[in-house]
Amino acid sequence: MSTPDKKKTQKEPTLQQKINRRNFISFSTFTVLAASAYGGWRWLYNSPQEEAGGITGGAHKPLRRALNKTELFFRRLFSNNHLVKTYPRSRAAKNVRTNSYIGIEPSKKFDPAEWRLNVVKKGGEILKVSMEEIMALPKTEIIYDFKCVEGWDQIQHWAGVRFIDFVKHYQLDDYAKMEYVGMETPDKSYYVGLDMPSALHPQTLLAYEMNDKPITLPHGAPLRLIIPVKYGIKNLKRIGTITFSNTRPRDYWAEAGYDYYSGL
Amino acid sequence: MKAIKEKHSLAMRWCHWVNFPILTIMIWSGMLIYWANDEYSFTIFGHTFFRFFPDWFYHALKIPHRLAEGMAFHFLFMWFFTLNGFFYILYTLISGEWRELVPQKKSFKEAWLVLLHDLHIRKMAPPQKKYNAAQRIAYTAIIVMAIGSVITGLAIYKPVQFYYLTWLCGGYHFARIIHFALTLGYVFFFLIHIMQVILAGWNNFRSVISGFEIVNDTPKPAIQKIDKDEHPG
Repeated sequence: MSTPDKKKTQKEPTLQQKINRRNFISFSTFTVLAASAYGGWRWLYNSPQEEAGGITGGAHKPLRRALNKTELFFRRLFSNNHLVKTYPRSRAAKNVRTNSYIGIEPSKKFDPAEWRLNVVKKGGEILKVSMEEIMALPKTEIIYDFKCVEGWDQIQHWAGVRFIDFVKHYQLDDYAKMEYVGMETPDKSYYVGLDMPSALHPQTLLAYEMNDKPITLPHGAPLRLIIPVKYGIKNLKRIGTITFSNTRPRDYWAEAGYDYYSGL
Repeated sequence: MKAIKEKHSLAMRWCHWVNFPILTIMIWSGMLIYWANDEYSFTIFGHTFFRFFPDWFYHALKIPHRLAEGMAFHFLFMWFFTLNGFFYILYTLISGEWRELVPQKKSFKEAWLVLLHDLHIRKMAPPQKKYNAAQRIAYTAIIVMAIGSVITGLAIYKPVQFYYLTWLCGGYHFARIIHFALTLGYVFFFLIHIMQVILAGWNNFRSVISGFEIVNDTPKPAIQKIDKDEHPG
């Protein structure tokens, strides 16, 4: 049945029709967007974790990609001219916080007298450096606010050789052109990976003194990393081995869901 | 007679509703991070009235031991939070809508009258355009707070690269406190906001989704009856 007359007599929509039409469009758009936002959230929240055994782990895959992209952005802002704020000696903590014993557990046998720093060079050659040799290098001290990824911080006083001075003295310049430095405890159970610019930052130290005294075992004796441009998780205690590479070295906390860069 | 009155622009509605879930995720992931060093409390003269946060609260929201996850979410959604806010501010500036939003000189005086009116103490509310004096202050304050969150956030996120921001915020500790306090501010804002939206009713709420309000305009008659006694000039 055709109704040609009705079409001809189509009127201007009434006010109520206008209202209904706009309500319909806006509310259905809103509902669709809200539902897709919720769906997107569920997708992200339930997104798969990174596969075990990789350099990074423990995070949702899309979130890890985001962390890595965000790292690229903030690395552009990194500069050796951006120095960590330093404090007078009087501000340094007397009781320096020991947060973790990973890799330096008191139950583990360790003789500081037999310790040597192993720098792995090309072709598997290992440069062995003693504590005396390290202490013969120019000493630099720093009193700064050590920051933990957990959110606490403490003003601490450390001294040692700047990593850049160490690299220059042992003519590791070719290695310093690579992209990453890896450091591990002698028992290899704690390990960190550092991007080269952060490692060569003028305030990065291979430290052997704390509050003008030799570092104690719980704080990483005989030699530990103090890298003020990173969170505490990167400040490896009791350095056993140093390696250089163009790919990310393994990193203890990056395997546990933390940002690989962890720069400040 | 009923009529359609345009109220909220599409850009404003978009930014508002995009911000809502993003801010929720930022607050939640922020709590996952804060838990790892939950040192703040409300303490006066050595007496702690409230600890941020009590254990029942953490457990109810499944907060504990999720620092890494919290950071991963926080450092992704910070981009969306910042970009959405940036777009909103840019829009209000270019469109001129900031004129409806920014408090005027009289707003601070009038806001009290609005408050008294809303509390049913005063009968008349001061005349207003799109937003009343209290709304102008609240909606501008929330933007200032958001800028504050971004700045204090950067100050504690990259205190070395943004050392000047950390300095501007009064140092690392104070920046973290402001960052936390602003979050409490959002929650407070949210509670008042929801209450006011419920009290204002459906027509007002609908306008933040559909953009328009329905107003009752009593049309002025074309020919006015003139009383003999009156002498209109």
